[in-house]
Amino acid sequence: MVTRLDPKLFDATTENTWCAGCGDFAILKALKLALADQNIEPHQVLAVSGIGCGSKLPDYMNINGYMTIHGRPLPVATAAKLANPDLHVIVVNGDGDSYGIGGNHFVQSCRRNPNITHIVENNQIYGLTKGQYSPTSDKGFVTTTSPDGSIELALNPLAVALAAGATFIARAFAGQPKPMAQMIAEGMQHRGYALIDVLQPCVTFNRVNTYDWYRKRVYDLQEEESYDPSDREAAWQKAQEWEERIPLGILYRAEGMPAYEDQVKALEGGSPVSRLTELVRNPRPEQYEPLKEEFL
Amino acid sequence: MANVVTNDMSIVIGGDAGQGVESSGAGFCLSFARAGLHVFGMQDYRSRIRGGHNFYQIRLSTEPRLSHSNPVHLVLALTPETVQLHMDQLVEGGAVIFPEKFEVDPEPLKERGVRVDSLPLMRIAEEHGSKVMTNTAALGAAAGITEFPLEFMESVIRDNFAPKGQEIVDANIKVAQAAYDLAQQRYGSDFPYKLSPIKDAPKRMLINGNEALAMGALAGGCRFVAAYPMSPATSIIEWLAAVPHEYGVVTKHAEDEIAAACMVIGASFTGARAMTATSGGGFCLMVEAMGLAGMTEVPMVIVNSQRGGPSTGLPTRTEQSDLLFAINASQGEFPRIVTAPGTIEECFEAGWRAFNLAEKYQCPVVVMVDTFISSTLRTLEMDAIDFSTVEIDRGSTLTYEELDRLTDGYNRFQLTESGISPRAIPGHPSGVFAASSDEHDETGHITEEIENRRRMMRKRMRKLQEAEKEARPPDFYGPEEAETTLVCWGSTFGACKEAADDINAAGGSANVLRFLDLWPLSEEAAATALGRCRRTVAVEQNYTSQLAKLLRMTTGIRMDQTMNKYDGRPFAPEEIVAGLGKEVASGHAA
Repeated sequence: MVTRLDPKLFDATTENTWCAGCGDFAILKALKLALADQNIEPHQVLAVSGIGCGSKLPDYMNINGYMTIHGRPLPVATAAKLANPDLHVIVVNGDGDSYGIGGNHFVQSCRRNPNITHIVENNQIYGLTKGQYSPTSDKGFVTTTSPDGSIELALNPLAVALAAGATFIARAFAGQPKPMAQMIAEGMQHRGYALIDVLQPCVTFNRVNTYDWYRKRVYDLQEEESYDPSDREAAWQKAQEWEERIPLGILYRAEGMPAYEDQVKALEGGSPVSRLTELVRNPRPEQYEPLKEEFL
Repeated sequence: MANVVTNDMSIVIGGDAGQGVESSGAGFCLSFARAGLHVFGMQDYRSRIRGGHNFYQIRLSTEPRLSHSNPVHLVLALTPETVQLHMDQLVEGGAVIFPEKFEVDPEPLKERGVRVDSLPLMRIAEEHGSKVMTNTAALGAAAGITEFPLEFMESVIRDNFAPKGQEIVDANIKVAQAAYDLAQQRYGSDFPYKLSPIKDAPKRMLINGNEALAMGALAGGCRFVAAYPMSPATSIIEWLAAVPHEYGVVTKHAEDEIAAACMVIGASFTGARAMTATSGGGFCLMVEAMGLAGMTEVPMVIVNSQRGGPSTGLPTRTEQSDLLFAINASQGEFPRIVTAPGTIEECFEAGWRAFNLAEKYQCPVVVMVDTFISSTLRTLEMDAIDFSTVEIDRGSTLTYEELDRLTDGYNRFQLTESGISPRAIPGHPSGVFAASSDEHDETGHITEEIENRRRMMRKRMRKLQEAEKEARPPDFYGPEEAETTLVCWGSTFGACKEAADDINAAGGSANVLRFLDLWPLSEEAAATALGRCRRTVAVEQNYTSQLAKLLRMTTGIRMDQTMNKYDGRPFAPEEIVAGLGKEVASGHAA
């Protein structure tokens, strides 16, 4: 893909508060690259986040951003897209936000298939609250809220997404921002909900799942020539891999499925935003008179 | 026989849930509305699909009524329980009709001067149609006793049963006619309460508060609704979902009320007028999102149709117990507006006005209704819902053209005298901004800096002062001077109004002071109004007199008396009069 826009266009002047070496920097870089690659300008995109270190990302970029509340960016973003389908809507939030407190919204989004791209900054820990175990922390993981080691199984987001009906599922690694940018761009081009789970080391609080830990395990799915991302069964098998080898890339992609907005009949004649703009210009109160008939 | 009373009576239809009491009651209401009568139809049902007693109480009159009334003149009992439950309401000369499938002990009713008749309604239904038409037979019999011409019922039967085919329509009409004839023959002129169509009466709508509110929202430009079903608010989203697609209303049945509230915020953030509707339990889940809308200054409309609480409480029953909760909901301090329409006409207005308030002040607006006003059917003049009165005022929302003219950059949270900042809708190159639930500066960027925090708090809270200027002061109904003032908010207005009328007619002296806009509440306006009252009685459908508390908190003025009802059943005017005591009712107050 030829870069058309300068990624610097998305730079903000705000002070970045992430720790040096934080995996979120790679995500920020990859998102800028992905937008630039697609020739999408700052005003055409809306990034919705939740709460957590990674959810500060919209503050560090020159785009429309909305940093909402913990766990809730998916419904905010879903409706933003429904109300104004012209915007490219991206959700960016952490593993606790996405898979813990926002778990239900995650599952519902998978089956709902809104045309939004969901980037999860998955560092297997709660960083902003200074080191508690998260839904994706491995069993036995010792933190301040799991001093004897976590006794819960880690959530497998890719398998959950697949089971819940997601139509685009990918995994990226913060140590490889360029392929990540490619995955984000492909997710944005995908019509429907696209999950990009990013393995993103927390250099301050997660001393287990470090860059080195990941580098020893990750491999590129594209290198397996026989792998077919449209094969749901194969994707299910790959989604189970974790301990020894961790696949990166597009795990699953269902083509030709309509997005949620494509099936909303009320959107056919215009979006809620465009219709309101039109109503302000031309209110046509008489258009509602026929609605009184049902009460007679 | 007693003097004949025409067009002033109440009819109760009662039966088990699943027996079609609600559809029969609503259909019967419509036939009276079509005959030019004023109708007030209150449904009373339980939180279950089958079993348990439901009833429909229909008040008919030649004048508009804003309340049901306790005396009942005719009871159609589809189960013995109906008789037991409404026995005490029956007036002398009234009647109870029931089908032949059960027995009713007539003695206690006869003692009250009430006539009790078992009519072969099931046999009639089976003979001319089928057993499921027993309700039609009961309604036909009611029309027969009251000598209300059957043609109006026929027209409703035709409309309601048309989808089931001509055969079903014809059978129902035959069943109604046979029951009508039998009842008329059995009672003839012996039954003193009669119903007669009013010649040349104008066409009127039969509509409930939720429908009127939804219509108002639609006319106000609401094109996005997200909600999670919860009685008694569900019919708002159902009505909007059923609006023809060409109006372009996007409705989203969300996974829960948290998502619903967040969807409203998301849609509103990108420039739509968006609303959710729920009841107390759902509102609880929306509270954190409401704070987000407050902090990020996103317009948001929430309808809270209150029901009996706490927790699941009385799911299908009415209460006004969320007032202080709505005013204080969510952590921290931010402007919000709380309003409570008291009539179905006002529900329509509240439906569109809420969006103007939300967009002008860029904050959450909570419209407080309750089961009673949400689900009660009333006849409304056609022009009571006047779409030409609807204004769409988007406040400081920047148009695309205005954004084109911006040259100096854009600060979404610009400090202004009013606290209201020009609001860009994302999508314009000159209006790019980020908003955050964290404290932020004028540009929207996160900061915890001391002076900025002070400035931004003051900026947001100034909007509340602005909104207060526009808030409707409390209004009086009835004589300017009165011995007793009934102080109320929301749906209890109807019963208070009629209670005051009854007291004044009986030689007493009463008026009503009603609060429509509840937050922000002007201390001056409230104190001035209360200063005009000699003796105040707060009439509230709750335990803790929440309006009385709010007034005391704001003005320091204490109500002289509070009257509370928290059994989930709406106040009837007679209950208010009785609650005031004989002296007040008859004009001999101390």
